Amino acid sequence: MELIGVVIIVVGFALKFDTIAIVLCAGIATGIATKMDLLGILTFLGEAFVDTRYMSLFLLTLGVIGILERNGLRETSARLIGGIQRATSGKVLSIYVFARMVFSALSLMVQGHIQFVRPLIYPMARGASELKEKEEEKLKGLCNANDNYGNFFGQNLFIASPGVLLIVGTLQEAGIRVDPYSIAMASAPIAFFALCYALLQNYLFDQRVKQ
Amino acid sequence: MLELMYILAGLVCICSGFYAFFDSQNPRRIGNGIFWNLFGGILIFGPHIHPAFVGAILMLMGVLTAKKFVGFGTLKEASQEYRNQKSLLIGKKIFIPALALGVIAFGIAQFTQLGGLVGLGIASVIALGLSLFYTREKVTLVPYESSRILQQMGPAVILPQLLGTLGALFSQSGVGKTIANFMGSLFPQGHPLLGVALYCVSMALFTMVMGNAFAAFAVITIGIGLPFVIALGGDPVIVGALGLSAGYCGTLMTPMAANFNIVPAMILEMKNKNGVILEQIPVAIALLLTHIGLMYILAF
Repeated sequence: MELIGVVIIVVGFALKFDTIAIVLCAGIATGIATKMDLLGILTFLGEAFVDTRYMSLFLLTLGVIGILERNGLRETSARLIGGIQRATSGKVLSIYVFARMVFSALSLMVQGHIQFVRPLIYPMARGASELKEKEEEKLKGLCNANDNYGNFFGQNLFIASPGVLLIVGTLQEAGIRVDPYSIAMASAPIAFFALCYALLQNYLFDQRVKQ
Repeated sequence: MLELMYILAGLVCICSGFYAFFDSQNPRRIGNGIFWNLFGGILIFGPHIHPAFVGAILMLMGVLTAKKFVGFGTLKEASQEYRNQKSLLIGKKIFIPALALGVIAFGIAQFTQLGGLVGLGIASVIALGLSLFYTREKVTLVPYESSRILQQMGPAVILPQLLGTLGALFSQSGVGKTIANFMGSLFPQGHPLLGVALYCVSMALFTMVMGNAFAAFAVITIGIGLPFVIALGGDPVIVGALGLSAGYCGTLMTPMAANFNIVPAMILEMKNKNGVILEQIPVAIALLLTHIGLMYILAF
């Protein structure tokens, strides 16, 4: 019966209901299923929420990012990436996935697809090689894929990324103390592999276009 | 010291709340304003008010988002022209504060006893000072700009904290034990490699169904990660770090993660809306296998 909360989470997220409301419903349902009273549930949720406030400390970095964006952080990055000469499509993508990972590890970029891929990376990669129609579609997929690789596997290198703090918090609630710094360090090997696979995929695309 | 950091973080939210209130072009300005002020209030005063009251505030915030009273803000960014101009003027120096943020936080975590979180706070303040120095912007712009980004990120910002809270409730209610017992009846416990594979694959599969690795992590780590891997002596740091990113392998393969896979396909006007996922599948599978290998080797 206590699994009702898990069911609500899975079904609710899959059906795209409001995420915050689903999580709260799952909490209340779990509490009721395990015979807590309403006041007890609210007290428990409130206490745990206050205990996990450190997960929101990334809020402190927003001012810096905002000021830098206002002063052309994106535009300067675009000029740097755009200054690369004589690249193939795959090389443009490989440079981007590396840059994206570094940015992500510094917690600097929120939406890569809109801010970089559409206005800059896709046009550059598209212009760098002669492509057939089918390859063009593949290139579009790869542009977006590289943004995801860099973003996902780079972000946990930042000690206060929401992901790292979620790991710390989840383990803490289970009675295991770990610090965010060591979680970030432990995320480095997989970031390296993700980068390698991305570079390999981009290299294979270049080889395919060449033939 | 840490409490001071929470107060600063709370002030960021409260600023955002006030900007949201006076954001006359946003039809949801009232809901937005209330939502961010409530969240800021909890961050600042959380330890001093009755926990049941905090719980009730959370419910109110849930009703606000469920009823669609909260949305994304419409605070404007500086014009493209202004940004181009400043970009040319400041040049690569714009990266100094950006790098300082990461490097200082890292340094404090590595070389002092203050811990990573306090380090982050100190790094943010120093980086902010540096960014104002290099850009010559007024301090008064800081609250506006941080509010702009916070509203751009939207109410989902509180999700990690909320999922952590739910994880605590799950632990307390024995949800983890139930899942563990169920999985234990299907798979033998006590084999590190099998446990690692089960945990990583479950993370990826649950993430594919839910479209959100964070939500999967809270459930699967308590139900499978703890009894099948950490209980056998697996290093929780490695298991936790790789557990979450094993979920990201699932994110790469599911249309449920529309923000990352479907919307970008539309942005580039792709013919096949699953075209991004098709490219990602081989890499995601290779990465998932790498996760299993790495976790087994590094954690034991």
